[in-house]
Amino acid sequence: MTSEARPIRFLLNGSERSVSGVSPTTTVLQYLRESERLTGTKEGCAEGDCGACTVMLAEPDGVGGIERRAVNACIQFLPAMNGRAIETVEGLGTHGGAEGAERLRQEMVERHASQCGFCTPGFVVQLFSGWMTGAMKDRQSVKDLVSGNLCRCTGYGPIIDAGEALAASGAPSGQTGDAALAKTLSDLEGSGVFSYSAPGTAGEMRWFAPTNVDDLADTYAAHPEAVLVAGATDVGLWVTKQHRDLPILIDVSKVRDLTMVEERLGKVYLGAGVTHRKAREALGDIHPDLSEMLRRFAGYQIRNAGTVGGNIANGSPIGDLPPCLIALGARLFLRKGDDVRLIDLENFFIDYGKQDRAKGEFVVAVEVPRLEDDQRFFAHKISKRFDSDISAVMAAFRLTFDGDVVREARLAFGGMAGVPKRSKAAEAALVGRPFDASAVADAQVAMESDFSPLTDMRATSAYRLTSAKNLLKRFQLESSGSVTGRTAGPDAALDLAGAI
Amino acid sequence: MDETRIQDRGPAGEPTIAELHEGAPGDKRPIRGGVRQRHAHDSGFKHVTGSARYTDDEPDLPGTLQVYLAPSERAHARIRAMDLSAVRAAPGVVLVLTAEDIPGQNDYSPVFGDDPIFAEGHVFFVGQPLFAVAAETIDAARRAARLAKIDYEDLPAAIGFDAALNFADEVGKDLLPPHTMRLGDVDAALETASRTVSGRIEVGGQDHFYLEGQIAVAHPLEDGDVFVRSSTQHPSEVQHNVAKMLGVPDHAVTVELRRMGGGFGGKESQPALFAAAAALVAVKTGRPAKCRLDRDDDMIMTGKRHEVRIDYRAGFDAAGRLQGVAFDQFVRCGYSSDLSAAIADRAMFHADNAYDLKAACIHSRRLQTHTVSNTAFRGFGGPQGMVGIERLMDRIAFETGLDPLDVRKANLYAGIGGEPGVTPYGMKVEDSVAGEIIEVLEVSSDYRARREAVKAFNVRSPILKKGLALTPVKFGISFTTSHLNQAGALVHVYKDGSVHLNHGGTEMGQGLFVKVAQVVAEEFQIDIDKVKITATTTAKVPNTSATAASSGSDLNGMAAQAAARTIKTRLIDYAAERYHVPKDQIVFEANRVRIGNEEKRFSDLVGEAYLARVSLSSTGFYATPDIHYDRESASGKPFYYFAYGAACSEVVIDTLTGEYKLTRVDILHDVGKSLNPAIDLGQIEGGFIQGFGWLTMEELWWDDKGRLKTHAPSTYKIPTANDRPDDMRIAIWDKGENRAETIYRSKAVGEPPFMLAISAFSALTDAVIAAGEGRAFPHLDAPATPERVLRAVEEVRARS
Repeated sequence: MTSEARPIRFLLNGSERSVSGVSPTTTVLQYLRESERLTGTKEGCAEGDCGACTVMLAEPDGVGGIERRAVNACIQFLPAMNGRAIETVEGLGTHGGAEGAERLRQEMVERHASQCGFCTPGFVVQLFSGWMTGAMKDRQSVKDLVSGNLCRCTGYGPIIDAGEALAASGAPSGQTGDAALAKTLSDLEGSGVFSYSAPGTAGEMRWFAPTNVDDLADTYAAHPEAVLVAGATDVGLWVTKQHRDLPILIDVSKVRDLTMVEERLGKVYLGAGVTHRKAREALGDIHPDLSEMLRRFAGYQIRNAGTVGGNIANGSPIGDLPPCLIALGARLFLRKGDDVRLIDLENFFIDYGKQDRAKGEFVVAVEVPRLEDDQRFFAHKISKRFDSDISAVMAAFRLTFDGDVVREARLAFGGMAGVPKRSKAAEAALVGRPFDASAVADAQVAMESDFSPLTDMRATSAYRLTSAKNLLKRFQLESSGSVTGRTAGPDAALDLAGAI
Repeated sequence: MDETRIQDRGPAGEPTIAELHEGAPGDKRPIRGGVRQRHAHDSGFKHVTGSARYTDDEPDLPGTLQVYLAPSERAHARIRAMDLSAVRAAPGVVLVLTAEDIPGQNDYSPVFGDDPIFAEGHVFFVGQPLFAVAAETIDAARRAARLAKIDYEDLPAAIGFDAALNFADEVGKDLLPPHTMRLGDVDAALETASRTVSGRIEVGGQDHFYLEGQIAVAHPLEDGDVFVRSSTQHPSEVQHNVAKMLGVPDHAVTVELRRMGGGFGGKESQPALFAAAAALVAVKTGRPAKCRLDRDDDMIMTGKRHEVRIDYRAGFDAAGRLQGVAFDQFVRCGYSSDLSAAIADRAMFHADNAYDLKAACIHSRRLQTHTVSNTAFRGFGGPQGMVGIERLMDRIAFETGLDPLDVRKANLYAGIGGEPGVTPYGMKVEDSVAGEIIEVLEVSSDYRARREAVKAFNVRSPILKKGLALTPVKFGISFTTSHLNQAGALVHVYKDGSVHLNHGGTEMGQGLFVKVAQVVAEEFQIDIDKVKITATTTAKVPNTSATAASSGSDLNGMAAQAAARTIKTRLIDYAAERYHVPKDQIVFEANRVRIGNEEKRFSDLVGEAYLARVSLSSTGFYATPDIHYDRESASGKPFYYFAYGAACSEVVIDTLTGEYKLTRVDILHDVGKSLNPAIDLGQIEGGFIQGFGWLTMEELWWDDKGRLKTHAPSTYKIPTANDRPDDMRIAIWDKGENRAETIYRSKAVGEPPFMLAISAFSALTDAVIAAGEGRAFPHLDAPATPERVLRAVEEVRARS
């Protein structure tokens, strides 16, 4: 697959840009601050964890409109902006919603929502994007929206108040310019596989962005040594933190086939390119625990960029989604060239850092069975902080019953081994018995033979094992109705907790 | 618009006299932005539009070099050899600098001379700078630094408390000499007390996590002078350390900054290192140089809050009243002294918090560890000291079966008018309003009813347990190193009536600049938008103290007031003579001056005074009166006054996982008569949440090689919006008035609210006690992560 190298074409605060000659791994943040001297966007961490660099992207939604989302500019590579529009704090409201931007700024100032002000542009952009996309409805949604924005000065109260006030002021007026903007962006993006190259840390570096899965397969087959990048929430850090050289990158974020969400015969199919925010919409109604887990999965901007496929393919031993999907019995579609295969997700994870993925093979989609009437599900994430923290333990359980008796058990964990892993011995201890305290006690003992978890900065081995065992107990207590309410849940649930 | 009207307007767009009177004659509009007004932060609009400039936002001059500091990979080692030839030969590298290249002193320490800029033969912590690489890009500098060949000979490294104590035994001394404060005869008190307890608590450190990392930019000037932009709370010290490093007089170095993206104490002594590196490169190459740290390097290379272990022994009676207490404080200082002596002292000064100890012995050891040198952090040791006594209050309540609030109340210093108690450092506490504040908060937070509700909940709820606590804060205001309590300001009035304000304080977000501008606006009775807030620079106000110890507005507000009053006096003298009006009939009213029966716009009077050759510029100076401290005898009056507050926190914990949630916080805090209630409320809420982070989720974790593994927001977790309880009721104490003669009778507010968060830690303790059916007192250290809470739950259940 060959294609002509082109400049990166995008809109920046409404003005067209055509950029060439900069390294493909230049981040959007570096470009904004160093080349454009738009210094309102700040670097706080260069790893997508503080939100000070938040910018809003707009891109065609595929049906003639515009989709908006805020992302961390510090880990987005500039070539990914081809065919997209960037709004920074300096140009907020360029493509609609200017009245909301103004209102938000006023609310922030009048409520004394900035102190040192360094995080403020990121909050402003994030709250604005929440308002523009309709994600900001009430106080809780404001707090969830800024889960990936750190402020060290204010204690957040006035910022939340400002967001709430904006939400209460009504929805943005109709984005009348969206159709025209979509057309402009499509024209800027160009057709076929976008190809860009420029000198960088690894000599001449190349970037490809196919728009359909066949082109992706061909491009990857032609460059099997390439690194695939979707939301760049992981690969971005390989550059900003590990300073790795990535000579060839294939951007899969423009591949429309990979962003499909479909439902067939009681199964949900998520394309590998579906972002976590959209995955929450698709998986959340399978079980509220899944929705809750995805509410706490990274920060909002990361959920806007990171993808289901990336979360699986990078093989994190924790990666909160895989344990949930394994418990649900998910299967994975992989493709290499024209060959597609389907495997059980749990078999994809072979060992720490080692997945069942051949060179040039990529994740296409994941198939997630819905729960049957005879199944119960539980998922819970334990971390030091409620929001945007990598789990010490991620537990996801699915039990299938014959009457009162457990017919099948799938107990999957993250953080307990080098890979997301089922607790087979504990499962065996539950099968064929009623799900009661004595079965749980036996399963807890059995769990010790399945895992010898690591001690690190997130938790000790002992805590991981104890809390993993206790989560099974919690599942049993909740199933039997003797306990409701988790500290992670809404306050109202806590007040009810003791009433049982 | 009518032509005459336009001409009638003052040169600075000033309103007419008629406009100033607005509406009916005699109906006078007060000035905008005077003291006590809820005036927005001066940079608020610039923050929200992204136009507020921080050091890295200033355009780089052409040819600016980027400087990277290569870190030690070992915690404690001798450097046998350092081969940097490959580094020097790497693409893009312009210069590589080591200790040998420093013309002056290889030291950036604030006091003791033990912080080398570049390592000399030894390294003492992972991350200690070995050498600097200056290159065309930071990426080139960083990649080049990796090519260094360092031959280390490892030495035993002490990281934790026990290792630090062993290390001290081996070398025969602590990092700094121990210190003791004594009040009465504690041994006798412990012997005669009807009940005694002893225990231990360890409190972890904390990374500042200012959102703007450390940065300095140096521009070479003629004569080998250098201009440095530095994100620092202490420009004078950066200036002095750069000069010391270059071997030039202080006058050869100018340090300037407009604002920081947060400081919290982390930009007091630390920025000198990065300024020195940038300045050295600038002077050696003749090119501008920038040293900006990546977040990970920042967290690895800069000091943090001190970890403290506190052992206590206390005697008390059945009513929970203390008879005497002994505290042994063990302070982990890191590899060097930095500000540890004063910080450890302040931990001792606050070992009593708001309580009359009767008899006390506070002993402090300052231990060396092979970790980054710990440094100033909001509260400056005070919070650590306070945690000890609050833990003891909870313990006494547990032992006596009394409500913890009643134990606290039984031990408070006497209020104003009562027989003043004496602190362990011999200072009478004559301004305590802790009791009054607690009485009000106890009612407004509905403490007693909620105590019953929490008990009832805990009876019903097998897995979740609630806890409640109400704790006070008393915090001493002044630098305990007395000579630091001084400040200077410089005020110019231009002939159009606009005012240029400068002082030695720095703006890190705390609202100092707007408060001082309010003071100047109030003095001249002009709208605050007539007062230009300007960058802090060592060229305008010399020999400043750090903006620290909550003292910013107290000191700089007074200095600016003095400068404004000098000019005002000259204007009055001029007007009295010119218009033959007695001085007492010349009054500055909102944006105008009444001279007998005449009124003039402020700007008109200023214009006239200029033509009459009156000086319209003045410095101002302030030194806090009435403080003295003799460290030798550990006695005196180190504090001008105390700030007070109290908070009530409620939590719920999950006894299966140790997870918890802070569900409600009520705060009542004393800021005297507030200069700006909006700014003060921001400090109170922000301080509480930062303190809550310190005591709960913020965990510094070193591996066995002494490498800090929590060095980025991915691993080091500060609170987010969802950690703030929705039910947070914060009030400024409306009866507050400083008995000391401070600026408009306000009180300092930067640090004191931080310690209100101890209430949340006590509430967690309370919930853990409930989890053990009240049969055992938990061992719970800070930060109380879910893991520590679960361990405490399991421990009390095993014991009960």
